[in-house]
Amino acid sequence: MADETARIEVILKRFPQIKRNALIPLLQAVQDEFGYISEEAISRIGAHLSLPTSKIYGLATFYNQFSFTPRGFYHVVLCNGTSCHMSGSGELLSELAKLLEIKDGETTRDGLFSLEVQSCIGACGQSPVMAVNCEYHSRISVKEVREIIKQYREDADR
Amino acid sequence: MGVRLEVNGRSIEAEKGETILSALNRHGMHVPTICSMKDLSPSGACRMCVVEVEGSENLVPSCSFPIEGPMKIMTHSPRVLRARKTNVELLLSNHPDDCLYCERNGSCELQSLSEDLNIRERRIPGKRSPHKIDKSSPAIIRDPSKCILCGRCVRICEEIMATSSLDFAHRGNELKISTTLAKPLNYSNCTSCGQCLVACPTGALIEHVQFPELEEHIHAPGKLVVAQYSPAVAVSVAELLGYKPGTDLSGIINAVLRRYGFDKVFETSFGADLMIMEQARIYQDRKRDGQDLPLITSSCPAWIHYAEQYYPELLYLLSPLKSPQQIAGALIREWFPKAEKEEGKEIVSVVISSCTAAKTEAKRVEMTRTGIPTIDLVLTTRELARMIKLSGLDLELLEPELPDAPFYSTGSAGKLCSVAGGEAEATVRTIYAQITGTEIPASKLHRFRINKSYREMIVKAGKTEIRMGTVSGLANAVAVIEELLSGKRKLDILEVMACPDGCINGGGQPIPAVEKLIRSRSKAVYDMDNGSKNHTAHGDPLVQEIYRDLLKEAGGKLSQDLFYTTYLKREVLL
Amino acid sequence: MQTDKEILIKLAQQNPSELSPDELGQTALLRKIQIPRPLVMVNSSTSGIVAGSMRTWEAIEQYAAERSIDIDLAETGSIGLSSEDPVISVQLPGRCRIFFSRITAEKVSCLLDDLFHREVPDQHVIGQLIREGQEPWKDVPSLEDIPYFALQSRIVLESCGIIDPFSLEEYIAGGGYRAFLLTIRSYTFSEVCDLVSDSGLRGRSGGGFSTGEKWKAAFRTPSDQKFLVCNAEESDPGAFMDRTLMEGDPFRLLEGISIAAYAIGSNRAYIYIRSEYKNAIRRINNAIKILREMGLLGDNILDSGYNLQISLRKGPGAFVCGEETALIASLEGRRGIPSSKPPYPSTSGYLGRPTVVNNVETLSNLPGIIRNGPDWFKGIGTTECPGTKIFSISGRVKLTGLVEVPLGTSFDTIVNKIIGGVGKGRELKALHVGGPSGCMVPVELMDIPVTYETLKEKGLIMGSGGIFVMDDQSCVVNTVSYFMEYMNKQSCGKCIPCREGTRRMAEILRSIIRKPADEEEHTTLDRFKGMMRLETLAEVMKDTSLCGLGQNAPNPVVSTLKYFKNEYEEHIFDRRCPSNSCTELRSWFIDVDLCTGCSICAKRCPAEAIIGTARHPYFIVQEKCIGCGICHEVCKFTAVYYK
Repeated sequence: MADETARIEVILKRFPQIKRNALIPLLQAVQDEFGYISEEAISRIGAHLSLPTSKIYGLATFYNQFSFTPRGFYHVVLCNGTSCHMSGSGELLSELAKLLEIKDGETTRDGLFSLEVQSCIGACGQSPVMAVNCEYHSRISVKEVREIIKQYREDADR
Repeated sequence: MGVRLEVNGRSIEAEKGETILSALNRHGMHVPTICSMKDLSPSGACRMCVVEVEGSENLVPSCSFPIEGPMKIMTHSPRVLRARKTNVELLLSNHPDDCLYCERNGSCELQSLSEDLNIRERRIPGKRSPHKIDKSSPAIIRDPSKCILCGRCVRICEEIMATSSLDFAHRGNELKISTTLAKPLNYSNCTSCGQCLVACPTGALIEHVQFPELEEHIHAPGKLVVAQYSPAVAVSVAELLGYKPGTDLSGIINAVLRRYGFDKVFETSFGADLMIMEQARIYQDRKRDGQDLPLITSSCPAWIHYAEQYYPELLYLLSPLKSPQQIAGALIREWFPKAEKEEGKEIVSVVISSCTAAKTEAKRVEMTRTGIPTIDLVLTTRELARMIKLSGLDLELLEPELPDAPFYSTGSAGKLCSVAGGEAEATVRTIYAQITGTEIPASKLHRFRINKSYREMIVKAGKTEIRMGTVSGLANAVAVIEELLSGKRKLDILEVMACPDGCINGGGQPIPAVEKLIRSRSKAVYDMDNGSKNHTAHGDPLVQEIYRDLLKEAGGKLSQDLFYTTYLKREVLL
Repeated sequence: MQTDKEILIKLAQQNPSELSPDELGQTALLRKIQIPRPLVMVNSSTSGIVAGSMRTWEAIEQYAAERSIDIDLAETGSIGLSSEDPVISVQLPGRCRIFFSRITAEKVSCLLDDLFHREVPDQHVIGQLIREGQEPWKDVPSLEDIPYFALQSRIVLESCGIIDPFSLEEYIAGGGYRAFLLTIRSYTFSEVCDLVSDSGLRGRSGGGFSTGEKWKAAFRTPSDQKFLVCNAEESDPGAFMDRTLMEGDPFRLLEGISIAAYAIGSNRAYIYIRSEYKNAIRRINNAIKILREMGLLGDNILDSGYNLQISLRKGPGAFVCGEETALIASLEGRRGIPSSKPPYPSTSGYLGRPTVVNNVETLSNLPGIIRNGPDWFKGIGTTECPGTKIFSISGRVKLTGLVEVPLGTSFDTIVNKIIGGVGKGRELKALHVGGPSGCMVPVELMDIPVTYETLKEKGLIMGSGGIFVMDDQSCVVNTVSYFMEYMNKQSCGKCIPCREGTRRMAEILRSIIRKPADEEEHTTLDRFKGMMRLETLAEVMKDTSLCGLGQNAPNPVVSTLKYFKNEYEEHIFDRRCPSNSCTELRSWFIDVDLCTGCSICAKRCPAEAIIGTARHPYFIVQEKCIGCGICHEVCKFTAVYYK
């Protein structure tokens, strides 16, 4: 806890101007640092910018980038752009949901995987596309998804 | 600068820069609205107020469209009506069909809107969003399934009450009104003021109804069910019973409550009288010592809740007194049975109040003695109206009755506390008399009654000056307190009321709470005072009697024991 | 290569015809026309990286290190052929640069071996870039000769995939920053507004509003501070032209922003970019840093007295933030919710000040217009819509990528001639133009010239220029349903018609393409009623929604009801999908020859629709089948098929 507080304070110091338009960059910095936005962070940001916390929560839930639960060790991003959707990303999603037993925006109980569906990552020529911790897998099938996840599970065991 | 508009073929005059809606309303043309509300920033969200403007491709929202030049407007063309109707149908497609069971049946704006638009079948079926009802707060129940996301609660909580417990969260089909981190209302910074539920057009925000619990007690043997009601209730319940707004129904309420089964009927204003006596004493002590000034009143539970969260460093300025209903409640609980020799009976103490925060207040640990709450049930004006309707009595044939001794006011000081500024006025009357030995002429304080959210005046009492102020609406209060903190403003006594205009516009009052009705309520309270022979708390024979027989002196040991409490910092996500 | 600041500035302000031989030599070096060592450039834009170009990069480094070959390895952007990634280009001293497609790591050594022996492999060649002073390769087509490039007019995209996006030198040597220096030295604010207004440039983000007029409105509004905002949110799925521009030619965008900011008299500009665009963010940040060091950004730029700060703001991800008022709300640190217009941002925008919001493609057009004059620009495209437009094409096509053509070019040229149409044996069915709020263009309309006006006449919109190509195997209703679900998620939720309307439309469409488990007699009627309701809902949404998102959300539905009603009807009445792509409407069968009677499908069938006796072929009771396809998944003998 003390460590978290200190890290939040460091971030707050980077934003000395206490204006509302600093809110999104501040939340992004917290999200990048911790992988999620904690209650403590919301409370401290609110005090720093003199903003009600409900406004911070309201803003953060509006945008895709922010989450309130820690992300998994492997963060799986699945593209669901038009091209990917038509190439079967819907089936990939249901396969992933079945494999990991989580839905979009959730983290597995063991904290190993989290799943996020993005609207379009802009690689329509390579669809369907999935990224795990920024490592891309393009033109994949349901079968390949199974193998990829299996591989990460094995890597984690080691 | 004048601009001519052609509306539905008729020519009207409008000001450049004003919205179409305001011009239409001024000329008696009604356009339905949901999200727009007086004194709140325009939102343009509900699209009910759309009108057809010649030359504009789409319909335009009249509530936010500024008039720049001459326009041709159609407010009720088939195209406009179809758009309005479809939008209401869309709202209904995601709304539960339980009007018959709904708290707001009959006072629901969505209901009357669909009535007006002649919606007679569910043409747009569809799945409804699943929602959990939040019953955590003792005062307010939130049922998001009935929420139409107009944002009135959000804006009133932010702009009028400076609290922002609620805001929009998520987006698209997930959009909802939420507290921070979707916590239950009880764990948020909600002060239970109830302004949101008065603002809510539907039954998404309702009070935590305790009326059914009362039913259990009222017919149980061995129980002594005692009611106290505030003057704010007496002057506003008329609106719900078909009387002329502003009629004082005190006498009728007394009669009805007795027939309903209450054993005793008292007045909260008696508690207010005692509070004024104690408050005058506290003021004199602080003034003498020259410290802890201004004395800030503590009669409003929502304000107390707010101060504990936002101004813990200022709590020492607050009067340590409980609210009038708790003061009266303490006497009822502790002293009344002995006096009336009804010791064997279990007392059920019921408050009928214009305040929703009183419901939360009654659950506070500070408001209990040996684990037993001082007040058992708190009902609102709306619940009282329902009780009266349920009683089956023809009010026209009922003779007004007096409340029960010993807890009622023969004077008007305590009653005055229902309007913003009243408490300060009544307290200063007593202080003045204590200092000078003479009563203050009533007219001297009339200047304090102007219709403004913040009022201030200096009263000369002999050689001393009393700088008195009153503020209502928490956002206004915050502004005044910040000025006190910065030293820009100096006061001796400051009355704070959370709700704009004070208790007469409380969260438990009849809906709708429009300007005209609120004025009639405050006029009725002032009329009580103007028509009264006794304007002061210290001049009330019943008050004198209780100090003579029981309390001995203001600030004495028993007073401290029964009426005083401590307010502490409250840790919540602000 | 670090070049003196003075030399660069000098290069930037000179007309190419006035350059001295010395300077010409310098330019040739900077533009990588003359190179001392072999040069390999790797497309490190997002689509390259997704396809594995970073592994290709490492393989090239390793190749050179192992053989102790001295090469220059540089990053570049995408030349627009994203389906052909990883694209790399190789240039040997004195020779023309050749572009290769799909060079994954394992192909590197083979390719480079060949090239260093002056042999061009047969496969993977896209073409060579013919430039003055370089010897062309034999039997390698010039880029300009292959159909993909030949029919395009690359003006904005001219340097994408060719230059190093991290090098200001290369940008300036290619003529960059001449326009900006001309602007701040020779024109007044209003002259720039007039010039751009005269050129006829219109916003490329969809609305097609005159850029110059927008600027003038902001310029005329008196204020202590004005803002220019570059809209780089590009949230339409399937649109990637802005990202490609930022990744491939960031200095062009920054020059454009500088010109636009100057024109409206603003010294504060923001780039609002999707936070997912990490690659583009890196390049833009790098470019801003270099420009500051060079004195082309900051206070008193090159002693002109003009100050300009450009900062990058990462958009935290919401489709609706592409709408300018929502974007401004987001910049201010609020929920990205559109507000009613008027007032327009050009009079009251960011922090209540006059604000111009222009998108990346629009701004990237500016350097060319200033450099070559409005008449040059008017010579491209049509009279009402001069200039070019970049389309990003994806879907069932041979090539996926960007196409820049003059406005007024037909869809047929774009899709069939340039991109090469749909695959072999397939038939083109429709184009979905303009992203989730775009329109479905039927084959009959392939020949219309693409301009804002002609599309509007036919009830279509251009949007940001994403074209999704559908062949006979893609289902129109399914696609529309996908878009509607998307819009429902992305609606800000503020106004009723958009929030509730998209929800109900999505439900109706879902009921059309899905097979409910509890099919009852009246459901067909319900579905039909639903289709009728779509039209009313669409009209009211268009009429009453607060912003463009809600007003345009019904577009896919309206256009398909107009042109593809028969597909809806087939789904509704026959309960079948003509292109067989709605999985739940497929009819499943068991091939009696392949079925071994293992009974696994019968056991797993959730509807108990499969019956049979063990060790004999099973069969599916069509009335019971819910079309889930589990039988197909579990069958080990591929005996289950659909029709």
